[in-house]
Amino acid sequence: MSVLVFAESVDGKFKKSTLEAVSYAKETATLLGTKTIAVSIGNVAEADLKALGNNGAEAVYAINLDKFTPEAYSAAIAEVAKKENAQAVIISNTYSGKSVAPRVAVKLDAGIASGVVSLPNTSNGFVVRKGVFSGKAFADVAVTTAVKVIAITPNSYQINTYGGEAAVINHETQLGADAWKTQTVEVNRVTGKIPLTEAELVVSAGRGMKGPENWGMIEELASVLGAATACSKPVSDMHWRPHDEHVGQTGITIKPNLYIAIGISGAIQHLAGVSSSKVIVAVNKDPEAPFFKAADYGIVGDAFEVVPKLIEAAKKLKASTSN
Amino acid sequence: MKILVCISVVPDTTTKITFTDNNTKFNTAGVQFIINPYDELALTRALEITEASSGTVTAINVGLADAEANIRKALAIGAHDAVRINANPTDAFFVAAEIAAYAKDKGFDLILTGRESIDYNGGLVCGLLAEMLGIPSVNVVTKIDVAGGEATLVRDIDGGKETVKVALPIVASAQKELTEPRIPNMRGIMAARTKPLAVVEPAANKVSSAFNAFELPAAKAGCKMIAAENAGELIELLHTEAKVI
Repeated sequence: MSVLVFAESVDGKFKKSTLEAVSYAKETATLLGTKTIAVSIGNVAEADLKALGNNGAEAVYAINLDKFTPEAYSAAIAEVAKKENAQAVIISNTYSGKSVAPRVAVKLDAGIASGVVSLPNTSNGFVVRKGVFSGKAFADVAVTTAVKVIAITPNSYQINTYGGEAAVINHETQLGADAWKTQTVEVNRVTGKIPLTEAELVVSAGRGMKGPENWGMIEELASVLGAATACSKPVSDMHWRPHDEHVGQTGITIKPNLYIAIGISGAIQHLAGVSSSKVIVAVNKDPEAPFFKAADYGIVGDAFEVVPKLIEAAKKLKASTSN
Repeated sequence: MKILVCISVVPDTTTKITFTDNNTKFNTAGVQFIINPYDELALTRALEITEASSGTVTAINVGLADAEANIRKALAIGAHDAVRINANPTDAFFVAAEIAAYAKDKGFDLILTGRESIDYNGGLVCGLLAEMLGIPSVNVVTKIDVAGGEATLVRDIDGGKETVKVALPIVASAQKELTEPRIPNMRGIMAARTKPLAVVEPAANKVSSAFNAFELPAAKAGCKMIAAENAGELIELLHTEAKVI
C-alpha cells in the first residue's frame, strides 16, 4: 500500500505546487498509515529528486520522458500506482495536472475529486473538501472507490519539511504509439512573470482604471510587491488585458495570501473567484462598492491618487526590509 | 465531420448560492438555469467548424427532463440534433461514463466540452471521456482549427500557451477566447422546436463519489478603512498586522 504523488516539474525544476502536493501526500499517508512515494517525469537533477525526501517522500520514481502528453504522463503515473499498490494518487490541479488526473483515474478505476482544498477526513470513509460554484461555496465529497485520485488546488496546502532524503528509483516505461499522438508545435511561456494560479500576492484592477493605457501603475505596484497581475471580466472582455488574467466565476479562481482589488466594484461573479484569498484589499472611489463588504482593508478614493501612494510606500518598505 | 458537444446545465452566474436539507442539497428555488458558459463556447466553435466545411453538431446532456429547456436552446443556437441521457448527473465520472457509452460506436471526429462547469468546477469530463474512449485529450483550448483529419489547437499551460497538432478523433475542452457565444435568433428558436431530441436511458451507472455536505465561506469580520490621503499606511498594515508582505 502507498500514497503516490505526481511530482510535476517544468524545465527540470520542481514547482512550488509540487512541494505542496508532496507534503499533502505525506500527511495523507500518515492518516492512512502507509508510505509516500513520488513519481517525477522529465529530466530532473538527482539532488532535486532526493530533496523530495525533505517534503515527505520516502522514494521517488524518476521516469525520463522528453515530451509531455496527457496520455503518456497518465500511463506512466498509473503504471507506478499499480506497481506500488497506491490507495490514493495526489496530483496538483495545475493545467498539466488537470489534463493528467482524470486519465489516471480511469486507468485505475478510481473515483476522483478535483479542486480539493483540505486533507482527507478518514474518520468515516475518505472525505475531502473542494471549492464549488466557483468559490461561492465548499462541498465535502466522499470518494467511495478503493483507489482515489485527488487533485489539490495550488496554494491550498502548506509546504512541510521533515528532513531526510528520498531513495531514487530510475524507472523505464514502455509506452505505445497511442501515447504520442499529440505533437507540440510551439510553446510560449511568459518568463519572468509569476503565474497567476500560483501567485501568493495578486494586484488586480478593473474598469475604474478607465483604459488599458493606465495599467502601468498596476504593473509597477505588482512588480514592487513581487505580485502577479489580474483583472475583472469587463476589462478582459474589452481586451484591455489578456483573458488569462481574468479572475471570477467564468475566469479563474485563485486563493492568494493577498488580493488587492483596484477599481473593481465587486460583483458576485468576481467575488466568487477571489473570496478564498487570505487578505483582501479593496480600493474604490464608490464607498458603496460591494467589494468593501468582502474586504479586510479598504480605501475609498481615486485609483490614480491612491496607487502612486501605495507604490511609494511599498518601495520604502522593500528598501527597509532588504537592509 | 461529426462533432459531439457536451452540454451541462448550471445556475446562472448571478445566483446567490444557498443550501437546504441541513446543508446537504443545493437550493434550486428561484434559480435560473443556463447552458454552462464554456459549453456554449464549445457549441459555437463546433458550429463554425461545420459551417466552414460540412458536417453535423450533436449536443448531448446527462440530466433529467428539466434540462430540456436548455437543450432546446442549444438546438436554437444551431446544433442539428440533441441527446439527453435520462439520469441525475451525480459527478463527473458518472457523466463521462454515460457519454462514453453513448459515443463509443457513433464515429464522432471531434468531441468538445467546456473547460469546467461553473457549478461543481471539476474540469474532469474532457480527460475522463477521452481515456474511456481511448483517444487523445487536449484541455483548456483557446483555438481549434480542423483540416485534413487533423486538429491544430492552442491550449493554456501554466504561465503560457502551447500549440499542438493531433489526428482526429480527440476530445478537447473550451476555454474563454475560443470564440464569442451566439445568441439564438427567432428562426433558430422556431427550428429548434422540431429538431430531434432523443432521450436515452443511462447505460453505465458509475458511482464513485458523493457530495455529503456544503458550506458557505465564513463572512469577513469587517473592513478596516484607511483614508485615501494616508494610503501608504495600508502597506504598513499589510506588513505588520496582516503579515502578508
